[in-house]
Amino acid sequence: MEWVNAVVQGSLLGGLYALFAAGLSLIFGVMRLVNIAHGDLIVLGAYLGLTVTTLLGLHPLVALILVVPTMALIGYVLQRGILNQTLGKDILPPLLVTFGLSVIIQNALLETYSADPQKMNAGALETASVSVGGLSLGLLPLLTFGIAIVVIASLQWMFYRTALGRAFRATSDNQEIAQLMGLNRRHIFGLAMALALGVTAIAGIMLGIRTSFDPSIGGGRLIFGFEAVIIGGLGNLWGTLIGGVILGVAQTIGAKIDPGWQLLAGHIAFLVILAVRPNGLFPRINE
Amino acid sequence: MPDPILKLNSLNAFYGDFQALYGVNLEVSQGEVLAIIGANGAGKTTLMRSISGLTQNRADMVTYRGDAIGALRADQVAAQGIALVPEGRQLFPSLSVEENLMIGGQVGRKGPWSLDAVYRLFPILKERRNQQSTSLSGGQQQMVAIGRALMANPDLILFDEISLGLAPIIIKDIYAALPGIIGEGMSALIVEQDITKALSVSSRFYCLQEGRVSLEGASATAAREDISRAYFGVE
Repeated sequence: MEWVNAVVQGSLLGGLYALFAAGLSLIFGVMRLVNIAHGDLIVLGAYLGLTVTTLLGLHPLVALILVVPTMALIGYVLQRGILNQTLGKDILPPLLVTFGLSVIIQNALLETYSADPQKMNAGALETASVSVGGLSLGLLPLLTFGIAIVVIASLQWMFYRTALGRAFRATSDNQEIAQLMGLNRRHIFGLAMALALGVTAIAGIMLGIRTSFDPSIGGGRLIFGFEAVIIGGLGNLWGTLIGGVILGVAQTIGAKIDPGWQLLAGHIAFLVILAVRPNGLFPRINE
Repeated sequence: MPDPILKLNSLNAFYGDFQALYGVNLEVSQGEVLAIIGANGAGKTTLMRSISGLTQNRADMVTYRGDAIGALRADQVAAQGIALVPEGRQLFPSLSVEENLMIGGQVGRKGPWSLDAVYRLFPILKERRNQQSTSLSGGQQQMVAIGRALMANPDLILFDEISLGLAPIIIKDIYAALPGIIGEGMSALIVEQDITKALSVSSRFYCLQEGRVSLEGASATAAREDISRAYFGVE
């Protein structure tokens, strides 16, 4: 039963990792941009949530109403102001620029909020749990998992059923021809980044309710996000959810064997899958 | 003669670092079908890219309805009513046939062309509408590329090498359909290596050679020897 418990808790943790990964996956899918600053943007989302909750006395989940559009706006401005200039045939400039951005965000957070660990107060939600078949499931992990499913289903729907999604896919296929269709790729990329950072805001707030955070933890979240994306297969959003779940389960099982093995077990699972299926479990993008 | 809808004014254009066009002057009248002929490397594709905005030049080098559009981006040019059927069709592989057509209509210009109108023109596309565009034959893909450009309800449509890589029977079908496609009011510029085909559907032609206009005239009265000389540059 303890092992079943570890698997179930790990799966729920995977929901959070899928939220880390969804924005990363979206950005890579639309503009082939690997965003090294993604983890720090998640942490930025958490800090914005913290500011809103302490300043206005709102519940963290209500703060989403303000933080999601703020992050989306930051995403659009960031893309049009900086990142669009780095995109081209060479993949190195966007890597370097987002790496620099990562350093800047970390230090700006450190300067503004200090290095002290912070946490958002979500009241009773943090400790509430439900009993299912002998297992005690935290309401917060359940809610996070549910949100991950809704976010991924919405992104999937947007991508394959709306005019905006069509524009994303067309621009991803062939930027020049998409321009001929009257689509301004700079604007389209701005919208993609806005959407991705909107999702990142949700990830940051769920992270900030679940655990304490400080300006330095972005890198670790980036790795979890990357691993979830790669395990699931590039370009496949549902695959990303499964990737997150696999990573989460590996970590909780590792922690069960020995508390020190939590992170290591996750990375090993990732490496094993990469060795067996280099394109991930459910790849969508063939190149 | 009515005012030209499109004018190129001493257009100098570059393909990368290489100058591909030298002082090209050209006019297209409202409702006119113009053929551009020339050998490989004569500058035909750069000409199409310059008009459609994929290659940006000095603004006054391209005027459309009197406005200088030479420096506009391709999406801005498209919104003005110029559509390009690109060489090699260039459909979006991630999009279904119908989505490829719908994205052509995304510029939101009003006019006679709609999904239904394109399906009436090419009924086979209606049957295939939910397939991936890459699963179609070359000829059907060309139909999608043409339909996608028409969906924008352009006033000027550019065809770049529409017969390239297609079976002769398909080429014949597509050329037979062209007059109906271009229809009334729409102007067209057709780039083609097959001189006979190009002259048969156009009223006037320009021949490019090494980036310069080497000959222009009425398609019906063009003398073969003159064209060969202008095309290959042999005396």
